[in-house]
Amino acid sequence: MSAPLDLPRWADTVLVPAISVVAAFLVAGLVVLAIGENPLTATRWLLQGSLGTGEGLGFTLFYMTDFIFVGLAVAVAYHAGLFNIGGEGQATLAGLGIALVLNNLTFLPGFLLIPLGILGAAAFGALWAAIPGYLQAKRGSHIVITTIMFNWLASVLIVYLLVNVLREPQSMNPETRAFPEQSYIPFMHDVFGAFGIEIPNSQLNLTLVLALAAAYFVWLLIYRSRLGYAIRVVGSNPSAAVYAGISPARIIIIAMVISGALAGGLAVNELMGYQHRLLLEFTSGYGFVGIAVALMGRAHPAGIILASLLFGILYQGGAELAFEQPAITRDMVVVIGGIIILFAGALDGLFRRLVAHLFARQKLARV
Amino acid sequence: MDLGILVTIFDSALRLSIPLLAACLAGLWSERSGVVDIGLEGKMLVAAFAGAAGAYAFGSAWAGLLLGIIASVAIGLVHGFASISQRGNQIVSGVAINMLAAGLTAIVGNAWYAQGGRTPPLEGDQRFGSVLFGHSALVYIVLLAVPVTWFVLGRTRFGLRLRAVGENPAAVDTAGISVTGLRYTAVIIAGILCGFAGAYLSVGQAAGFLPNMTAGRGFIALAALIFAKWRAWPALGACFLFGLLDASANQLQGLSLPGIGEVPVQAIQAMPYLMTVILLAGVIGKAIPPRASGMPYVKER
Repeated sequence: MSAPLDLPRWADTVLVPAISVVAAFLVAGLVVLAIGENPLTATRWLLQGSLGTGEGLGFTLFYMTDFIFVGLAVAVAYHAGLFNIGGEGQATLAGLGIALVLNNLTFLPGFLLIPLGILGAAAFGALWAAIPGYLQAKRGSHIVITTIMFNWLASVLIVYLLVNVLREPQSMNPETRAFPEQSYIPFMHDVFGAFGIEIPNSQLNLTLVLALAAAYFVWLLIYRSRLGYAIRVVGSNPSAAVYAGISPARIIIIAMVISGALAGGLAVNELMGYQHRLLLEFTSGYGFVGIAVALMGRAHPAGIILASLLFGILYQGGAELAFEQPAITRDMVVVIGGIIILFAGALDGLFRRLVAHLFARQKLARV
Repeated sequence: MDLGILVTIFDSALRLSIPLLAACLAGLWSERSGVVDIGLEGKMLVAAFAGAAGAYAFGSAWAGLLLGIIASVAIGLVHGFASISQRGNQIVSGVAINMLAAGLTAIVGNAWYAQGGRTPPLEGDQRFGSVLFGHSALVYIVLLAVPVTWFVLGRTRFGLRLRAVGENPAAVDTAGISVTGLRYTAVIIAGILCGFAGAYLSVGQAAGFLPNMTAGRGFIALAALIFAKWRAWPALGACFLFGLLDASANQLQGLSLPGIGEVPVQAIQAMPYLMTVILLAGVIGKAIPPRASGMPYVKER
């Protein structure tokens, strides 16, 4: 029963997640059927809306950028054996960092302001993750509970600041004034346009490149660096780490700082790349999607990029789908996310055992 | 501040603390048996939806409550299956439950009633009316759950076994008692209590379901549970305290306190979260969860 499951590497890293995602989509299809809609036409609209047009593809990649950041954030903490549910709060604070930097340093040229804004996001996101990290490492308070509490604290704090402090006096909306124009991260269609290549307009901006770079950085960090090794040792066996001369407390805090900084990327994409102001609830629950992305991608950057693409398709295609079949609102994507977390995360053992069982039978048949 | 205002605040504090209390006791039962329950919020939300839908369909608040309980227990059993039978990660499962609940209630509500996810407004017998001092029967049932929980967990054989499962499941197993059975029982009791919490929101307090109407109450209940250190009477105190904070936030809005100045509503709203973080940091006392909570039990072979 509790014997180790012998699976070939490819089956463990590709087959099992793939099966759980397929199962998740089957269940989602049942939900669509249950509310009296046709899952097949729904799937067609979904793919058509997200990949069928150049504009749709742009939006898909825009969402993908968000999910890569939050997925990486969850993954780095996960490697250290920590479950960071605080992506929402960390990204919210990162948004605050961006607004403070950009709206106070309006005199700087863009090539200085943009990196400073990104650093502001990373620093504030890291700070909001470092406190739960510190409390876990030094005081033993459970990181899951503290990050949940910090999500709510962040949302209360940002409402207070936007309503009472940062809002423009003459504006009714709880949002800051627009960021200085030189701080906008260029849209992809403008970048391509500069080279004389026409691509359809969308929210997609250069932050996607930053996200891919972050994924590469996380790969280097986790699998090719001393620190990454220490993070993985602490994650798999904290007492072994102590014997190896690694301080788990230190590693926990560092992993959370990196995790929070990565979550800040969500704010960079949404605010510096698209909204160009700080507003309420710009994180839209994406922090939780990051958990699904990380679990599906097996906490590996390559897997996270693929999973982010899938969720990008779901979010963009879901918006188009809601337009064509109004009964299937965008909440469907939240449902699919929930099912994927359940299947790829909590019920992982079920699918692994299933696959292991099939492999064992195949082996017997061959003998 | 005169007596009238105090009575008003006290009264609305009681109203606001009831859903917290029911969810908090749900978490208490579940976590005392060793199953961590981040999914309180999701179960409440599902119960609130099923409760309002049931009350509307059958024209009876009690039918709504029953359906709310069934829905909440059903989704609780998904969590139970993942974390007890499949020995999956309980936190991950809880997060999944919350997302599922938020998405499903909105979609199904929209598909059934086409009112942006709301249920039609409930009236008359479809809602819980007041039975005593302007409060509905649900209020008294939930309050009664406190001594019952305290008595059953502290004074009965079943309760002692259930708590033992949360501390040292191997010992309970050795005594020939089913760990799985006890944990499932606890998860079902938690589902029933969350059913009360959800139905109270949509059928008692409000007149119908609104998308995401729990608005984080499940997490405040979780905070209250930690604050109460996983015990029944302190849970009543913690939930009433958080209810009082919520009620006074409305009253204190714009009020200037001597020496402090105007208190922002958000400062009061942040209190439960902040207090929980401070408590968990061990600055004021220490909150120690049941020892085996969050850990799947693997029988030795």
